[in-house]
Amino acid sequence: MMMRVPARARRSDSSVPVAARVIAVIAVLFFAIPLAGLLWRAPWSSAWSVLTSHDARQALRLSIETSLAATAIAIALGVPLAWVQARVAYPGRRVVRALTLMPMVLPPVVGGIALLLALGRRGLAGQYLDKVGVHLPFHVGGAVIAETFVAMPFLVLTVEAAFRGADRRYEDAARTLGASRWSVFRRVTLPAIRPALMAGALLCWARALGEFGATITFAGNAAGKTQTLPLFVYVTLETGNGDAAIILSLVLLAVALAVLVGLRDRWLSAI
Amino acid sequence: MSRCHAVVAVLVALVVAACGSSSKSSSTPTTAASSPTTASALSGALNVFGAASLTEAFTDEQATLKTQDPSLHLTYNFAGSQALVTQIKNGAPADVFASADQKNMKMLSDAGLVETPEVFARNQLEIAVAPGNPKHIASLADLEKPGVILVLEDPSVPAGNYARQAFQKAGLPAPQPKSNELDVKSTLAKLTSGDADAVVVYTTDVKAAGDKVQGVPIPAADNVIATYPIAVIKGTKNQAAAEAFVNEIVHGTGQQALQARGFLAPS
Repeated sequence: MMMRVPARARRSDSSVPVAARVIAVIAVLFFAIPLAGLLWRAPWSSAWSVLTSHDARQALRLSIETSLAATAIAIALGVPLAWVQARVAYPGRRVVRALTLMPMVLPPVVGGIALLLALGRRGLAGQYLDKVGVHLPFHVGGAVIAETFVAMPFLVLTVEAAFRGADRRYEDAARTLGASRWSVFRRVTLPAIRPALMAGALLCWARALGEFGATITFAGNAAGKTQTLPLFVYVTLETGNGDAAIILSLVLLAVALAVLVGLRDRWLSAI
Repeated sequence: MSRCHAVVAVLVALVVAACGSSSKSSSTPTTAASSPTTASALSGALNVFGAASLTEAFTDEQATLKTQDPSLHLTYNFAGSQALVTQIKNGAPADVFASADQKNMKMLSDAGLVETPEVFARNQLEIAVAPGNPKHIASLADLEKPGVILVLEDPSVPAGNYARQAFQKAGLPAPQPKSNELDVKSTLAKLTSGDADAVVVYTTDVKAAGDKVQGVPIPAADNVIATYPIAVIKGTKNQAAAEAFVNEIVHGTGQQALQARGFLAPS
């Protein structure tokens, strides 16, 4: 649980042994060295031509569109789910929680296979979608579904904690004063969880933007339709254009860092 | 349980996503050692990087070699040849590389990373469709009809390059596949899952897939012969075994394993 850090704890604590500090430095290097590797090999002089190439811009635009769509779906479905999970007691709630958080720990490629078997043209549900003309593999919709599947748990987890942590006395008071349930949600509950909702949406969006395994397995690799930036990075690296792959990796890295910094300063500290 | 966990998880996920495909290159030291090859030299640890289409034949051959010398510890890495070239260029610990085309092998010989390659097999393209051929595919031209979901390999993948050559030889416009997969096996998987109506792969892949798919031959005039070269990686830690393995593939038991899986003899 994030909480305001008491001033006392901010002072350096001399009880942490030197060995632990040394290991901590190794841990930091473990994260820092791969990033340094990217920066070390980055072909800065060709950065502009890579970023403005038709294929890269197409992948970038597709990535932004699909990740925003995935985030919108995740909010529309995930906020009610988080609300129910936090406030409604029912048998099997733990099972539902495990089910809805599973994509966070599942290898994305397994998620992709599962989606293909469920929503592919001959899949469990996909065969009926096919009859009404809905095709997800090889279409933008498939990329959005893959991203939503993998990213929505990040939103649900964050928002559910906020629903559970919100002080219900304000809602009760609003109800006794005659406000309707909807009105209480809009005027009292929603403002209380807004920082968590923003943080959850941002985490969800960042995860959707970086999605690779489920997308390539379920939606395929189709330029302009399902070839998002991570797929494009992978394909360009494989086809021997390492320079482009590094530049575009740095773009994704910059976005990831910006999200984490933004989270820390604006929303996480607000709760 | 909460945001802390989410932040940690997303951090890990983002670092993986952002950095997963980057790797540092290290130049491989070159040695000019060359020793006479014998079957008994085939022992110790050996990493063989092979084109995805070689999966079944090379796996069969592994069993044969194992019975000859149980101390052989053979590890395969199968992927699209273009992916293997990238891995080897970036210092992956390969001892032998078997490519599905000359182009990718040439990229390594031009970079001075392999010894002289030898051709060990040839292969041909074939159209694969669902059993019963529900879309009545009879030729390459049928693959470009509206309503046929065609999936190919990416043009950088040898099979994807060959397939586009075949369309060209048949006098057809460049195909517009619904997806460009990164090796022949994942291309075939899109057919067996039912999401593609037709794919173009090697005859050996159609054979390996058994009754899960049906093959539609491409006429010899339009077909492209894929040539498979194999080479020892320069600076391998197990020179004797690497040379012995190449020898088995080019002249020995490897030929039977390959031809049993439908490959054509090297010439």
